[in-house]
Amino acid sequence: MRRTGSAPSRRMPSVKAALLVLLLAGGARAEEGMPSLTGEPGDAARGRVIVTSRQRGLCLLCHAGPFPEERFQGDLAPSLAGIGARLTEGQLRLRLVDGRRLNPETIMPSYYRTEGLVRVGPAWQGRPILAAGEIEDVVAFLVTLKD
Amino acid sequence: MRRLALALLLLGATAEARESSFALMSPETQAMQREDSANPGMLWVEEGRALWESAGCSGCHGDVAGMRGVAARYPAFDGAPIDLAGRIAQCQEARQHRIPFARDSGEALALAALIGLQSRGMPISPPDDPRLAPALARGEALYRERRGQLDLSCAQCHDANAGRHLAGSSIPEAHPTGYPLYRLEWQGMGSLQRRLRNCMTGVRSEPYAYGAPEYVAIELFLMRRAAGMALETPAVRP
Ligand code: HEC
Ligand code: HEC
Repeated sequence: MRRTGSAPSRRMPSVKAALLVLLLAGGARAEEGMPSLTGEPGDAARGRVIVTSRQRGLCLLCHAGPFPEERFQGDLAPSLAGIGARLTEGQLRLRLVDGRRLNPETIMPSYYRTEGLVRVGPAWQGRPILAAGEIEDVVAFLVTLKD
Repeated sequence: MRRLALALLLLGATAEARESSFALMSPETQAMQREDSANPGMLWVEEGRALWESAGCSGCHGDVAGMRGVAARYPAFDGAPIDLAGRIAQCQEARQHRIPFARDSGEALALAALIGLQSRGMPISPPDDPRLAPALARGEALYRERRGQLDLSCAQCHDANAGRHLAGSSIPEAHPTGYPLYRLEWQGMGSLQRRLRNCMTGVRSEPYAYGAPEYVAIELFLMRRAAGMALETPAVRP
């Protein structure tokens, strides 16, 4: 990365400057966002149903969050409360699609990955945990969790 | 092998104190396990006592009290690694020339529970047999391998996250100290293999068939990891 003194930002096109700010802020993790999988906006209400479902999202097996009606929430992972204020839409998407790219040791499953898995049961073979549209729904919901 | 055993011992000594999932249970469930009159597993033990005579085990082995200590030192080596359930089936097949009780049938669980009870309270003492070393290593590898659509290994839950909560369930350290045991969720008795199958399907992976060598390998590793802990058969679990 080029970091030569204080002047260069004036000559840089604004997109590049924004990128530089991101790089400086996030270090190696700056490129961690990911564009929409479908190009369509997700549905936050459907996303909430997926996140709280023990059969589909499975999120509350590990995470807790602002879901007072859900009795059993996990404590293996950070709370989802306020996650929409801490992470951008692109960052949230990347963590859902394949968090292993950020932390290879994470226990969080990659929700949109079918490669490199061992002995997947016949009922689940060849399909990701969530479909692309469902990922977009979950992302749309998570960005609403501002506090 | 001696060196491996020593390394494992040292590892055990430096790791945190190990704990049976008995410690994670509610006082009511603990009482159920502690008091034989309340422990549903004792029904299987009683059936096992009847079978010990009627199925002809006593003809060779005499009083079942002679089985003291046996369950604490399985799996053993006999041409291949063999677990206690496998040994019972082998006795029926090779010595009695009859079709063995199916794995996890009421009869097989009853005999295993009866034999297990003879070692209750005794320390798990895996045999120091070098011929078991390859299966032991395989078991450890299987324990550490990520599997299934959720791509999780046994170790990720039972070593890294033991004591935490997977939704409403406490994650135990996965010690095989109580099997066969009565599980309230099953409303019945089940073997260690049944438990392992539950964990495997839980991460959406394909379990091995009952009796597969992979289970014996995992059991070998778990028994080694639990060496010195007291046997609890027949335990009760939520
Ligand atoms: C098996 C456990 C598990 C499941 C299931 C799971 N997660 Fe996670 N998740 C984690 C862990 C652990 C982390 C912490 C990051 C790490 O390990 O690198 C995490 C991190 C995250 C983060 C980033 C949190 C932060 O503060 O940076 C988000 C967002 C997230 N998870 C959302 C979800 C959603 C939404 C679902 C369900 C669709 C889900 N997770 C399912 C274990 C899980
Ligand atoms: C996602 C988490 C998770 C994974 C992965 C997992 N387990 Fe478990 N395991 C549990 C939970 C939770 C329990 C407690 C039973 C319950 O409440 O469902 C358990 C129970 C057990 C027990 C019973 C302990 C007792 O006292 O009776 C054993 C043994 C065990 N697991 C072994 C394994 C093995 C071997 C693997 C890998 C093939 C594995 N587990 C994978 C979560 C997991």
